[in-house]
Amino acid sequence: MHFSGFRVIKEALTGHKGWKPLWRNPDPQPSYDYVIIGGGGHGLATAYYLARTFGQARIAVLEKGWLGQGNIGRNTTIIRSNYLLPGNEPFYEFSMKLWEGLEQEFNFNAMISQRGVLNLYHSDAQRDAFRRRGNAMLLAGADAELLDTAGVRAMAPFLNFDNARFPIKGGLLQRRGGTVRHDGVAWGYARGADRRGVDLIQNCEVTGFRIEDGRIRGVETSRGYIGAKKVGVAVAGSTGRVMQMAGMRLPIESHVLQAFVTEGLKPVIPGVITFGAGHFYVSQSDKGGLVFGGDIDGYNSYAQRGNLPVVEDVAEGGMALMPMIGRARLLRSWGGIMDMSMDGSPIIDRTHVEGLYLNAGWCYGGFKATPASGYAFAHLLARDAPHDTARGYRLDRFARGHVIDEKGVGAAPNLH
Amino acid sequence: MTRLSGGLIDRSRSLSFTFDGRTFSGHPGDTLASALLANNVRLMGRSFKYHRPRGLIAAGSEEPNALVELRSGARLEPNTRATVAELYDGLSARSQNRIGSLSFDLLAMNDLLSPFFAAGFYYKTFMWPRAFWEKLYEPAIRRAAGLGSLSMQADPDAYDKGFLHCDLLVIGGGAAGLAAALTAARSGAQVILADEDFRLGGRLLAETHLLGDEPATEWVAGVEEELASLPNLRIMRRTTVFGAFDHGIYGAVERVADHLPEPGGKPRQTLWRITAKRAVLAAGAIERHIPFANNDRPGIMLAGAMRAFANRWAVSPAERVAIFTNNDDGHRTAIDLAAKGIEIAGVIDSRTDAKALGDYPIFAGGLVSNAKGRLGLTKIEVRQNGRSQWIDCGALGISGGWNPNLHLASHHRGRPVWDETLQSFVPAKDGPPGLIAAGAANGQGSTAAALRSGAEAAAQALAELDLKAMMPELPQAEDAVSKPQALWHVPGKGRAWVDFQNDVTVKDIKLAHQENMRPVEHLKRWTTLGMATDQGKTANVTALAVMSELTGKSIPETGTTIFRPPYTGVSLSVLGGGNTAEHFRPRRLTPTHHWAKSQGAVFVEVGPWMRAQYFPRPGETHWRETVDREVLATRKGVGICDVTTLGKVDVQGADAGEFLNRLYCNGMKTLKVGMVRYGLMLREDGIAWDDGTCARLAEDHYVVTTTTAQAGPVYRHMEFARQCLWPDMDVQLISTTDAWAQIAVAGPNARRLLERIVDEGFNISNEAFPFMACASLTICGGLRARLFRISFSGELAYEVAVPARFGHALMQRLVKTGKDLGATPYGTEALGVMRIEKGHAAGNELNGQTSPQMLGMGRMVSTKKDSIGAVMSRREGLAAETRRLVGLQPVDPAQPVVAGAHLFTEGAAQSMATDQGWISSAGYSPHIGAHIGLGFLAHGDERIGEVITAANPLDGQQVALRVVSAHFVDPDGGRLRD
Amino acid sequence: MLIPHPLLGLRDAQEFTYLGDARLIERPDGMAEGAEAAFADYVYLRDNPAGVHRELWFHEQGDRSWLVVTRDTVTHEILGAELARDVALRGKGGAA
Repeated sequence: MHFSGFRVIKEALTGHKGWKPLWRNPDPQPSYDYVIIGGGGHGLATAYYLARTFGQARIAVLEKGWLGQGNIGRNTTIIRSNYLLPGNEPFYEFSMKLWEGLEQEFNFNAMISQRGVLNLYHSDAQRDAFRRRGNAMLLAGADAELLDTAGVRAMAPFLNFDNARFPIKGGLLQRRGGTVRHDGVAWGYARGADRRGVDLIQNCEVTGFRIEDGRIRGVETSRGYIGAKKVGVAVAGSTGRVMQMAGMRLPIESHVLQAFVTEGLKPVIPGVITFGAGHFYVSQSDKGGLVFGGDIDGYNSYAQRGNLPVVEDVAEGGMALMPMIGRARLLRSWGGIMDMSMDGSPIIDRTHVEGLYLNAGWCYGGFKATPASGYAFAHLLARDAPHDTARGYRLDRFARGHVIDEKGVGAAPNLH
Repeated sequence: MTRLSGGLIDRSRSLSFTFDGRTFSGHPGDTLASALLANNVRLMGRSFKYHRPRGLIAAGSEEPNALVELRSGARLEPNTRATVAELYDGLSARSQNRIGSLSFDLLAMNDLLSPFFAAGFYYKTFMWPRAFWEKLYEPAIRRAAGLGSLSMQADPDAYDKGFLHCDLLVIGGGAAGLAAALTAARSGAQVILADEDFRLGGRLLAETHLLGDEPATEWVAGVEEELASLPNLRIMRRTTVFGAFDHGIYGAVERVADHLPEPGGKPRQTLWRITAKRAVLAAGAIERHIPFANNDRPGIMLAGAMRAFANRWAVSPAERVAIFTNNDDGHRTAIDLAAKGIEIAGVIDSRTDAKALGDYPIFAGGLVSNAKGRLGLTKIEVRQNGRSQWIDCGALGISGGWNPNLHLASHHRGRPVWDETLQSFVPAKDGPPGLIAAGAANGQGSTAAALRSGAEAAAQALAELDLKAMMPELPQAEDAVSKPQALWHVPGKGRAWVDFQNDVTVKDIKLAHQENMRPVEHLKRWTTLGMATDQGKTANVTALAVMSELTGKSIPETGTTIFRPPYTGVSLSVLGGGNTAEHFRPRRLTPTHHWAKSQGAVFVEVGPWMRAQYFPRPGETHWRETVDREVLATRKGVGICDVTTLGKVDVQGADAGEFLNRLYCNGMKTLKVGMVRYGLMLREDGIAWDDGTCARLAEDHYVVTTTTAQAGPVYRHMEFARQCLWPDMDVQLISTTDAWAQIAVAGPNARRLLERIVDEGFNISNEAFPFMACASLTICGGLRARLFRISFSGELAYEVAVPARFGHALMQRLVKTGKDLGATPYGTEALGVMRIEKGHAAGNELNGQTSPQMLGMGRMVSTKKDSIGAVMSRREGLAAETRRLVGLQPVDPAQPVVAGAHLFTEGAAQSMATDQGWISSAGYSPHIGAHIGLGFLAHGDERIGEVITAANPLDGQQVALRVVSAHFVDPDGGRLRD
Repeated sequence: MLIPHPLLGLRDAQEFTYLGDARLIERPDGMAEGAEAAFADYVYLRDNPAGVHRELWFHEQGDRSWLVVTRDTVTHEILGAELARDVALRGKGGAA
């Protein structure tokens, strides 16, 4: 079924009787060519591109709960390609370009909204670093603008320009950055994959790998054994637990990131704004809630919930930056498990097991990467060679000294 | 209509207030909601999506409809529930989320278009043409969405934070909570009793039962009196416990002054972090409604709320009301309202065997299937025995059973458990450790059961704490068990609301089912169910039940729904605790701060510190003019600069030398006593992390410095090395950053100046105290000091350290004593210029991404010893890195050099692939007479003299730069040793 | 969170700075054969268990002790804490 305004009108006039399931609920087949573990954004996008772009067939996505259950359904919905390093920026710009045509391509309105991402700076050193980054973005074919205080004030007059502890000196703006309705992405990819024959199997937890002679044969699941020629793992948050079943230790720690939304408010914040002198970033959803977050709690956790000090810290940051939000109320907070990698950058690579591939380590930046991650992972699975923009995301880069450390904090996962 | 009799309002006083510009009057004890009802205002809000006219459905914090903008000006508070806004004299409120008036909202056309706005419709359209989303569709949606407005002004009120500790935290001051608090307090435990309401009693305030032989309110008053007299119990009214966090920590907000016209010097609200050994969750229950067509008409509300309004606030939404129930509790409302003189049009009870419990018409086996009255209910359609009839009534109370208020019990993600008898979820057993649910929050909803379970929960908590419980005598109370019949919605044609605020109807749930959005999380996200300001308090369980009907699975099989903090909305102001504007972070001031201020210095934020940036003099019109003067004066005479902010760590012990040898990549053990050495510290991954100096004051005593930015992390790291890596070493550490004021004295006249303040007997001549010497000595007639002959500027230079309290005086003395030598204070700008001129790496070069090789210090990494980071610095990827620190100077001196520009071979195409490095630091050098820079360039060490291109496309700049040595000043170091 | 400091009793976790896996105590010998592989493992690889985790916390706003805290990463329950120095000395076969 093709979605369109016309279809919406037609269904409205005929009692919505014609709407079909967005996807099937198939039972698992005995075997597939490709099994993707993880029905989150990256797993669904991988299956979608495997089927659509790389023309592969007999694909299944195994999800232990419901589609989109993971971090695709609990994030602050930001997309941007404002990275510094050559290992990252071309990849994220590739992702941005995929975002830009995505809705028409998969015929689903994910509310991609390029209202801009503005990173504020508060010191000369920060400005220098931002200029270096902005220039890197331009050199990679992305867009960037460096604003001074007046430029920021024109865009966001409600920020504290009067008595800030750390005055706003300017900002790095990417106009093509913005937000996307996160669930819409999961559903768009799921529906698109399902329409191309991918079996999306919910409530199917992988409990083990079957590996023979160093080669993957299939996976044990809560719904029985499923054979597979190739298995791709995209289970952010559970990566450690899943890959342990294949005997792997990883350069990853699991941490909790909290995020927050206020009660609905009439529009006040145009795009995404990040504070450069505290832990706070914010946007406003189409529904009107201020969607915001800050730093991870900082300790290893699989609990999907955080603690009060970070809530206070983030609120302090918000109040310092934009004091007019004070009388808005926090409506809801949530916590997601982040695969915090040792250099803050992801891993898309083969493993020591032939036919077993890993997509992991997205820290808290995985959402914006969803299209490119899926595309590059599909490329790797289908062609056994890395996609051009993802060559740096190798597992051996740590041992070999080719880390991609945007923040420059080293092997400290909780600081990335 | 006039007030009913009774109620807990103070009729002797009247309070004036306005709603949408109209003036009304109420009484102390009223909420905005009860006062509006008393003034015949039933229409209080508009729904989110369809802008349907709405009235109250609840009497408490779960209210989804009656949201108002409270107060005005900078105190404007959007989305305030009228049911919890305590009335005060002069209160002003406005309805919100409307265009036009509340009774004539232009956006109500959305309601006419509702067939087009079914669940998930926006995912299916607005995709063409692509550019129209941001330009047309989305702005229109955004304007229509949202609820209330922000004032766009800073919050003028003060906020506070506090910490509390107790043995037992009792959450909720109703029957169960009071019994729990009484039990625990009498037993001698430290108890906190918190309730969101301004009056203790909870549901007891809304009922007419007797407790023992006295009215409930009198029993509450008696308990309250006793509790107030106990020193080990703290009563916190107007306090919402909003979250259960780890290890018995609960977040709570006390609304200290929200019931006053203005806080009057008090904080408006206080954020409490309560650490409780045990907690009793006695938060009561929230009644369920039963969806039927047009069940959102103003005047249709929860039966329990209707009863609360009548009994506590002496108001009724209408003179003639009907009740729709599936259990006995609904009948109580009929009885209580009838007793107050309200006409009962009938009780429609879905149970076929239902009997009237009072003098009112009963419709056993009946259902309410429709309602009329757009701006206020006028009649309901009742179906009974296959017949339907319209009954006139101005209000309808609905009772569909009660959902335990188990929110806090699921804050650790414990899943609520379905109780088939109660037809509701009850708190899971794997809730937050130490939290025990009691009373209606645990499904024990009769007054007697609530009292009993509250006392028992407290006794259990005390037993776990090894305290003996003194069980109180509990009064006789009603013990009716109200078994609801499973009735989740009334089938029919029209739209039947499940989630009122977000306009989610039974049809939307059916559509979600039809489209395979069946898992409860898909249902919520597809329809926006439970995402309104009440977070599904009045909707989620009902929706789950409707979905379970559709799937044919049981309710627990269909799913559960858990809640996340906060229980109700918490203002960002109180979470921020007032640490806003300039108070966002503490300011650290240097010992010479006030002196610098008196000299007219301009300050700059450097991490937590405020440092003097430059010292403008009269007549100087631009900061560059000042900085150039400071640089030249230093290079010509002598400059003075406070460098106290550098981290200082005192390292002592027999193994101090060996310890530092392992921390720094270069050797420190061989350093002679009385000498200083530059030290480079790597992270364990081999990347340069921090630099500073090590001064050996004695065989077993070093003083090391760190950069300002890394003072804390480096100290932490040193303690890690000492305690975790090499615990058997004899070495002790202490941070002395704050203990010593340190002042740099630099320039050709530096020694002459210092000789004037160093006490007799200490020889600081070039021979006796050469470059990189250090000593403990006395200055200014007996003041103990440390002198280091080190230089950041490239000049003959010293740093002199004195106890911090003498920093101010030393600075004054130096400037005064050195007047004839040209002594000139300089700030961080001049400091930065001079270190660039000298080619010293600073924060922009030590950015955590550069290796010792890149900094030109590769050979400093000793291979003869093990030190942190040494092994990893030799990894293939780091060894293959060719970029090196170089100096950069424009071919045309008039051209700018800009930090953040990227470097390219001249004439080469510019892309990420051809990128050869970047400019890390830049500034105007008065010494060179042009802008200069430091940067990292591929094979830079082999390209001295080459002309390259600096590209700064952000500013549209392309500048030809010559690669030069990073040492723009005194490349052979003669000045340092002079 | 509250951390049971072995010397100071229950302290708010906000007084501490977190480092991570307590295995960081077991630093390889940089002069030994094969040091690079040993360091790659030491610096980068983690067990990252969902369950009991031994981890390093620094009492930065307190007595400057490094602690080894045993904590469940799923429930956040803390099972114990001891001075990291004692753990390190035990590892080296010293007195503790």
